[in-house]
Amino acid sequence: MSTVATYPKDSFLSGGWDLKSWLLTKDHKRIGILYLLSISAMFVLGGLYAGLIRWNLLVPDGSHMSADTYNKAFTAHGVIMVFFFLIPSIPAVLGNFLIPLMIGAKDLAFPKLNLLSWYLYVLGAAITLYALLAGGLDTGWTFYTPYSTVFAQSNVEIAAIGIFVAGFSSILTGLNFIVTIHKMRAPGMTWFRMPLFVWAHYATAIIQVLGTPVIAITILLVALERIFHFGFFDPNRGGDPILFQHLFWFYSHPAVYIMILPSMGVISELITCFSRKRIFGYSFIAMSSLAIAAIGFLVWAHHMFVSGMAVYSAMVFSALTYLVAIPSAIKTFNWAATLYKGSISWATPMIYVFCFLGLFLIGGLTGLFLGNLGTDVHLTDTYFVVAHFHYIMVGGAIMGYLGGIHFWWPKITGRRYSEAWSRLSAVLIFVGFNLTFFPQFMLGYLGMPRRYHVYPEEFQVLNVLSTAGATVLGFGYLFPSFYLVYSLFKGEPAGDNPWGAKGLEWTTTSPPPTENFHQIPVVTEEPYDYAKAPKEKDAV
Amino acid sequence: MSEHFTPESQPTHPRGLAPESQPTHPRGHVVSWKVYLGIFLALCALTVVTVVVTGYDFGPFNLVVALGVAITKATLVVLYFMHARYSPKLTGVVIASSLAFFVILVFLTLTDYVSRPWPLS
Amino acid sequence: MTAHAPGGPAHPAPAGGHPGSARASEALQHQFTDLQQQKEATTLGMWVFIAQEVLFFGGLFAAYAVYRNMYPAAFSAGSHHLSWKIGFANTLVLIGSSFTMAMAVHSAAIGKKKRIVAFLLATVLLGSVFLGVKYFEYGEKIRPCSGDGPYAGCLVPGERFDASAVHLEGDEGRHAQIYFSLYFGMTGLHALHMIIGMPIILGIAFMAWRGRYSPEYHSPVELVGLYWHFVDIIWIFLFPLLYLIGAH
Repeated sequence: MSTVATYPKDSFLSGGWDLKSWLLTKDHKRIGILYLLSISAMFVLGGLYAGLIRWNLLVPDGSHMSADTYNKAFTAHGVIMVFFFLIPSIPAVLGNFLIPLMIGAKDLAFPKLNLLSWYLYVLGAAITLYALLAGGLDTGWTFYTPYSTVFAQSNVEIAAIGIFVAGFSSILTGLNFIVTIHKMRAPGMTWFRMPLFVWAHYATAIIQVLGTPVIAITILLVALERIFHFGFFDPNRGGDPILFQHLFWFYSHPAVYIMILPSMGVISELITCFSRKRIFGYSFIAMSSLAIAAIGFLVWAHHMFVSGMAVYSAMVFSALTYLVAIPSAIKTFNWAATLYKGSISWATPMIYVFCFLGLFLIGGLTGLFLGNLGTDVHLTDTYFVVAHFHYIMVGGAIMGYLGGIHFWWPKITGRRYSEAWSRLSAVLIFVGFNLTFFPQFMLGYLGMPRRYHVYPEEFQVLNVLSTAGATVLGFGYLFPSFYLVYSLFKGEPAGDNPWGAKGLEWTTTSPPPTENFHQIPVVTEEPYDYAKAPKEKDAV
Repeated sequence: MSEHFTPESQPTHPRGLAPESQPTHPRGHVVSWKVYLGIFLALCALTVVTVVVTGYDFGPFNLVVALGVAITKATLVVLYFMHARYSPKLTGVVIASSLAFFVILVFLTLTDYVSRPWPLS
Repeated sequence: MTAHAPGGPAHPAPAGGHPGSARASEALQHQFTDLQQQKEATTLGMWVFIAQEVLFFGGLFAAYAVYRNMYPAAFSAGSHHLSWKIGFANTLVLIGSSFTMAMAVHSAAIGKKKRIVAFLLATVLLGSVFLGVKYFEYGEKIRPCSGDGPYAGCLVPGERFDASAVHLEGDEGRHAQIYFSLYFGMTGLHALHMIIGMPIILGIAFMAWRGRYSPEYHSPVELVGLYWHFVDIIWIFLFPLLYLIGAH
C-alpha cells in the first residue's frame, strides 16, 4: 500500500506518479521538484570531482593522477557546481515552489515558460556533461582566453554551447519571477507585506535577466572564435584577451549574488520564525537585497587586478568593491538584532542559520582582503581565494539551501523528517566544511597557488587536514538523502504549519493543492507578526 | 477617433491593490494611424540626416552626432511604435534599468582601456 | 493573518458586453484572474525579455566600443569598404517593416482582421528583402575567400583575410579583422533575430486569419510587434556604427 494515497485528494502530489504527468507538468511545484532531483544529481557528480581533487592533493608529488586529469577534474567540479548546481539551486527549487505560494498566486505568470526553463537546464546539462565526460575540459570554469580560444585541445566549443543553453534557463526563470512578483500578488499583498524571501528573489531575478545575457554572448564568442577564428580575444588579430575577462566577470561576479541573495532570503525567513520574533529592520533587509544586486554590477574587475588591466581602473574597482560590503553588513546586523531577546529554538533549519551566519561572516570579511588592491596582489590565485569563495558559496549559499530544504520539506512533502538525524547531519556538515576550507586560508596565505596538481612538501599536513575534512563533509551531505527519502514513506504527517510559522504558504495544506489555495487569500497584515502568534510551549 | 475602450471589469476582480497595476493611462489606448505614418516619415528623414552629416567632419564629435541621431530614432520607435508613451510607468523602469546596466558595462570596461599606460600591440 | 475573498470566483467574466468577449475568455489562462491581468503580465514579460536582449547585444556593443576606441583607422577603412547606399536602402526597408508592424497592431486594436493579416505579411516581405540584401552583402565578402566571383579580396577574418581589399597593411591590416569580426558578429546576430521572428509573425498572421484576435485580446500581435521593433532599433544603431564611420 503506497503512502502516497494518504495525501489530500487535491494535493499536487496526488495526481499520480506516471512519468508523463511530471514531464509535461505546468505546475510550479512539480517543476520545483524536477529541479530538485536534477540539481541533486549534478551536486553528487560535482562532489565526486571534488573528491578526486582532494584525493590527488593528499600527496605533494601528484602521483595519484596526471596533471591533465587533475585539470579536467577541477574544471568539471567548477563548471558543474557553479552553472548547474549553485546558480539554479535556491531559485529554481525553493523559489519556484514557494514564490506563488508566498504571494498568494495560483502559479507563476508563465507556467509553460517555466517548464521550458527546466528543459533548457536539462539540455544544457546534457551537452556540458557530454563535453566533460567524453574527453573533458581543461580551461577551468572561467574559460580564460587566450588559453581557451587558442591553445586548449579539449571540448571547449561543446561545453560553451551547453553553458549558453543553461544560461537561457536561468534568464527565463528570472523573467518569470519578475513578472510574477509584479503582477500575480494576491489582494492586499503590497510590496512591503511580501516575505523577504520574495524580495531576495526579486533582486536575484534582476541579476539573472540583466547579467546572464552578457555571459551568454561572451561564451558564444569564445566558441565562434574557435570555430570561425573571429579574433575578438586573439592578440594576433588585435584582439584583447582581457576583454574576455571583463565580459565574463560582468556576469560572473553578480552570479555570486545569484547564489547568495536567495540564501539570504531563506535565512531571513528562518531566523524570524525560530526566534519567535518579528524580523528586525524589514525594509532595510529588503532594500539591501536590491542594493546588492545593483552594486554587485560595479565591482567585477576585482577578479582581474593582476591580469594586466590598467592600475587606475583597478583602484576604482577596488574602492567600489568596499561598497558592496555595506548592504551585506546591514543584513547581518539586522539578523543579529532579530536574535536579540528572541525565543530561540534549535530546530534543524535554525542550526543551518547559525552555520550560515558564522561562515558568511568569515567569507565576507576575507573578501575584503581580496577586494583590496594591495593585499590581492599577494593573495591572487592562491588557496586563500579558493577558501574565501567556498565560505561564501558552500558556507553561505549551500547552508541556506539546506536550511530552506529542511524548513519547507514538511510543506513540500507533507512529512516530517527525523530531527535527530538531521541535526547530526548539520553538525557534521559544519565541522567537515571548516576542516576542509579553514586550512586552505592558511595554505593560501603561505603562498600555495590554486589549480596546481603538485605542491611543496611543507604544505602536506594542511592538505591532509583539508582532505580529511572533505571526507567528513561528504558523509554529512549523504545523510539527508537517506533520512529525507525515508521520511517520504515513514515520516509523520506534518500538518499545515508544523513550525508555527507566518506566511501564506503555511495557511494552505501540506502538500499544497494544485491550485495552491482553495480560495484566493486576502492579505491584511504585515509579514512576520510573531508577537500575535500563539506562544509555543518553549517560548519565554 | 473615438476608439478608446477602458476594460469594464476593472472594479470587479479581486486584485489590483498593488500600485503599479493601476496604470495612469487608460489601457487599450488606440493611436491614430496618422501618428504611425508621421513617425515613419520622421524616421526616414532622420536616416537621411545620419547619412548627410557624414559629409561633414566634426572631428571627435562624429560619433556623438551619429549616436545622437540614432538615439533620437530609437526613442521615437520606443515611444510610439512600441507604445511606451502610453504604457504604465513600470515599462519605463524596465527600459531604463536595461539601459543603465548596459551603460555600466560599457563605461566601466572603458575605464580600463582609456587608462592603460601601454599600447595593446 | 488572512481572510478570504468572498466567493473568490476563479474565472470572473472578462470585459462583458464587448463583441468577441466569448472568444477572449477562451484565451484566459488558468493562473490569471482576468484578461487585464494576463495582458499586463505578458506585456511586462516581453519588455523584460527585451531588457535581456539589450544586454545580450550589449556584450557585442561593448566590444565594439573598446576596439573602435583602440583602432580608429582600421575601423574607418573597414567602414569605407561597405556600401553606405546599400545600408541606407536597407535601413529604409527595415523601418518600413516596423511601420507595417505598427499598423498590424493598430489594425488588431480596432478589430480589422484582414488588415492585420495584410500588414503582417507586408512586414515579413520587407524583412525578407532586408535579409536578401544582407545575403548579397555577405557573399561579396565571403565568396572571394574561395577564389569566387568578381569582387575584391577576402574579408572573412582568419588566415585568408586580405587587408589589401580595404587598403591597409601591417598592423592596421591585421586589426581590420576585428572590424569585420564585429561586422559579421553584430549583423549576423541581428539577422538571426529576424530569421527567428519571421516564422513567428507568419504563425500569428495565420491565427489572425483564423479570427483568433479581437480588440479585447490580441496580445500575441502586440508582443511580436514589440520584438520586431526592438530588432529594428538594433539596426538603427548598427547602420551608423558599421557603415558610416568617419567622414564620407
